[in-house]
Amino acid sequence: MSVLVTTETRVVVQGITGHQGTGNTRQMKLFGTQVVAGVTPGKAGTEVEGVPVFDSVQAAVDRTAANASCIFVPAPFAKDALLEAVDAGIRLVVIVTEHIPFHDMLVMYHYAKERGARIVGPNCPGVAAPGKAKVGIIPNVVLHPGRIGVVSRSGTLTYEVVNGIRERGLGQSTCIGLGGDPVVGTSFVDALPWFEDDPDTDLLVLVGEIGGTAEEDAAEYLRHHFTKPVVAYIAGRAAPAGKRMGHAGAIISRGKGTAQSKQAALEAAGARVGRFPFEIPDLVVEVLKERGRR
Amino acid sequence: MVKLAEWRGKEIFRKYGVPLPTGRVARSPSEAEQWVRDGTVPLPCVIKAQVLAGGRGKGGAVRFAQTPEEVRTAAAAILALDFKGEKVREILLEGKLAIAKELYVAIALDRSGRTPILLTSPQGGVEIESVDDAAIVRQPVHPFPGLTGYEKRRAAQSLGLSGAAARSLSTLLDALWKAFNAEDAELIEVNPLALVGESLVALDAKVIIEDDATFRHPEYSEILDDRTPLEEIAREKGIAFVQLDGNIGVIANGAGLTMATLDVLMEFGGRPGIFLDLGGTDDAAKVTEAFLLMAQAKPRAVFLNIFGGVTRCDTVANGLVQAMAEIPAAQRFPLVARIRGNNEVEGIEILRRAGIVALSSLKESAQSVVAAAQRDAPAGGPA
Repeated sequence: MSVLVTTETRVVVQGITGHQGTGNTRQMKLFGTQVVAGVTPGKAGTEVEGVPVFDSVQAAVDRTAANASCIFVPAPFAKDALLEAVDAGIRLVVIVTEHIPFHDMLVMYHYAKERGARIVGPNCPGVAAPGKAKVGIIPNVVLHPGRIGVVSRSGTLTYEVVNGIRERGLGQSTCIGLGGDPVVGTSFVDALPWFEDDPDTDLLVLVGEIGGTAEEDAAEYLRHHFTKPVVAYIAGRAAPAGKRMGHAGAIISRGKGTAQSKQAALEAAGARVGRFPFEIPDLVVEVLKERGRR
Repeated sequence: MVKLAEWRGKEIFRKYGVPLPTGRVARSPSEAEQWVRDGTVPLPCVIKAQVLAGGRGKGGAVRFAQTPEEVRTAAAAILALDFKGEKVREILLEGKLAIAKELYVAIALDRSGRTPILLTSPQGGVEIESVDDAAIVRQPVHPFPGLTGYEKRRAAQSLGLSGAAARSLSTLLDALWKAFNAEDAELIEVNPLALVGESLVALDAKVIIEDDATFRHPEYSEILDDRTPLEEIAREKGIAFVQLDGNIGVIANGAGLTMATLDVLMEFGGRPGIFLDLGGTDDAAKVTEAFLLMAQAKPRAVFLNIFGGVTRCDTVANGLVQAMAEIPAAQRFPLVARIRGNNEVEGIEILRRAGIVALSSLKESAQSVVAAAQRDAPAGGPA
């Protein structure tokens, strides 16, 4: 078992002929993912990295039985790409594209939800289950099969933490990067039940950021519905209020969404919260040892 | 995030039919006097500084005037203000109204619920943060049907409005809802919303437009907000750049890693103050640009912390080596580099050949850059 992706996952890459689409198609294939189709309007009949390109998602699905999509198309066209994927029957869509207006995402989110499709992202690294499949851009070098689940709002910080776990000789069951935008298809609260139910996950690492209340919502869920141990890190403890640090929507406003409130909520829910990214692997090892003794 | 000054917000309101007081913008005391002398703005009137910071009323940035002479004096006083670090360039003059009630209405984004949310409160005219939660009614608005009749009726009820005033609210909410969506707003806030007789009038306008939507709203990308000149250059180059108090420069990729780097530096006694987020780039020239920009901000030391994903380590290394060759001697700074992830080995080798040592531990790198910043600070000199 794993979360969201399996060995049966068949990926169509939307925007496959672009620089990011092509490079990441190669990386997904190297990871062992079945990338079965690409879509770029006007480029049907060509091939990218040995993958056939189609004009539409519907054509790709009809010919290749693709069941998941990875979107790399530029922000102004991302909404259309998502609607097309959902209408073609795709039920898992990872959106890597950054800078999608949240007004577009509001429509995308509710459209997908009402048709039973799941969005991960936008502005996210995607999903990877080592040994099974990867939909997205998490670097292959940091991933390693194992029994630690990882769910994060960050991109590169996720790689940092996952790499640290790998360096301690541990691996991941599934790693999900949710994206840091104001409106995301999958939140912590959406993802937590999947890890709770996944028999291959022993412990969950949760990486959050300042801004919004996603971590507080997660803590509330952990407290009542989650039985596995959780190790967490919240980035932005030292970030100043009212300034947007970086490209994503990490911003403290009106005293809400501070690192302190998130850490306190997670600790109160029983999670072990590290103060720095490099403390996470240590805490994981420590918690596993404690559990092992029981 | 593009925050609009009140008068720009009101231009949007006007476009969508939100009722406003009779008013006009002025940029000098004589222009202000002229608008009341020629009857463009009725007397008595209110004169308001067009700044982005809140608390204008208490801060002397809002004044009332009965005569053209008073208008001139008040305008001169406000235009001379440096309001919370913002130079007052424009003032808005508006005819004073007989206000029966001050209310609050806003449309914002509910991130957790992934819907717009309509906020209403009968306690307008004060900062909404100071209003008791129980006095604010929050209604999530589903994007597909949009704002419905029953939601508007509930809003009217929450504001204590009925009859003609409730109908006035319904029209106003439709206009705000349209503006929120069509203008790609993050926030539209009317505080206070005044009840004048049986009609509603927007006395203030707070509008924030989302950055990511500027591809369909080029008109907003021209508006200056609170960016420093270097932040402005960075924005044009597509680099996220933030300048704060502090002397250590940080170049990282991704918001989360940038913030984690800041957390670690602060812990070891550093004062990081210049942040440059490369985001997901795979262009060595952009990395070079970033370093040249960083050099202009005159940091005491710079920490390059990259985890290669989309942004490959060798690309960053090449960009860095190029930048080091281009940065003028007077702008050079001590550098600590940490590059991990995709093409790490190639990147470290490129740096080694250029005489730059890359560290791999985040902790040691942070300690090393903090030490470099402190070592190079002249004793007793400005930090």
